[in-house]
Amino acid sequence: MFAFDRLVRAVDDWAAAHPAVPVLIQIGSGDYEPTTAAFVRMMPPAVYQQRIRDARLFVAHAGMGSIIAAIEAGKPLLMMPRRFDQGEHTTDHQFATLAKFAHRDGLHTATTIAELHGRIDALLADAGAPPAPIAPFASDELIGRVKAFIHGNDRG
Amino acid sequence: MAARQIRILAVASGGGHWVQLLRLRPAWVGCEVAYATVHPDSAVEVPGARFFSFRDASRKNKAAFAVVALQLFRAVAAVRPDVVVTTGSAPALLAVVFGRLFGARTLWIDSIANSEVMSSSGLRARRLAHQCLTQWPDLAADPVPRYWGAVL
Repeated sequence: MFAFDRLVRAVDDWAAAHPAVPVLIQIGSGDYEPTTAAFVRMMPPAVYQQRIRDARLFVAHAGMGSIIAAIEAGKPLLMMPRRFDQGEHTTDHQFATLAKFAHRDGLHTATTIAELHGRIDALLADAGAPPAPIAPFASDELIGRVKAFIHGNDRG
Repeated sequence: MAARQIRILAVASGGGHWVQLLRLRPAWVGCEVAYATVHPDSAVEVPGARFFSFRDASRKNKAAFAVVALQLFRAVAAVRPDVVVTTGSAPALLAVVFGRLFGARTLWIDSIANSEVMSSSGLRARRLAHQCLTQWPDLAADPVPRYWGAVL
C-alpha cells in the first residue's frame, strides 16, 4: 500500500494538540514518522482487529479493508480518501467508495485536514451509532454463482 | 473411486482485496484451496491452507513486477489449480495468465471499492479471465463484466 503521509501527519498534529489522548498510527511505508503519536509500520491482523475494538475512534483511509474491519468490530470509522493528485493512490476511486458508503451509520468522512481535526473532536465527544453489522460472508447470490463457476455449472 | 477435490488458487493483494476474498470462502468449501496474498501474517487467517505471499506492486512500482511474476508463477506451478479466483489488484492479472497456462479456469471479481468505474486491471481482466465480475450492477456490461452480487 502506498504512503499516506498527509493523513499520518494530520493525525500526529491532532495528537500534539491533545496530549491527554493516546494515539497509535499504523504508518505503512510512509516517510513521515510521527513525533507525538505512537506508531508502528504494520500490525499483524489479530493485533489490528484488537486495536480497533479497543479504540475510542478508528481513523483510516477510505479503503474497503478499513470499512469492513470497522463494521466487523462495531466501531465508528472516520475515513479520509486518498488523492491521486497527491500520489496517494493510482486513481481517485476512494472518493467513489466514499460516495457509496458514507451514508451508512457509523461511517464518517473528512476530505480536508481541518474537517478531519473537527470530526475527530466531535466523534470523541459523541461517537454516535456504530456501523450496522454485516453478515460474516458475501451475499448468498455471489457465493452461489462463484461456487457454480468453480464446479463448471455456470454456462451463460 | 471418488473424484479428487477441485483445486483452487485464491489470490488477492493486501487490505480490502484480501478482506473481500475471505468473505467468499463459502464458495470453495469442499475444495482444496491455496491462498496467495501480500502480507505473510495473513496466513493465520487461513489456517490449514497452503499459503504463498508476493510483493506489493502496482503501476507506480513496475520494477517489482518481475519479482511478483516469479513469485506468482511459482505459486501457480506448485498448486496446479483447476480454478484461479481473484479480487485483484493488478498483480493478480499475472495469476490469471499463469493459471490459464496451466489449464485453469479463471475468475476476476473487481473490488467493491470500484463503484464508479472498474479498476484498470479489472478492465484488462475482461479479456484475460474466463469470467469477469463487477460488484456494482450499474457497471455490468455485455458480455463482461457481469454482476453476480456483492461481498457486502
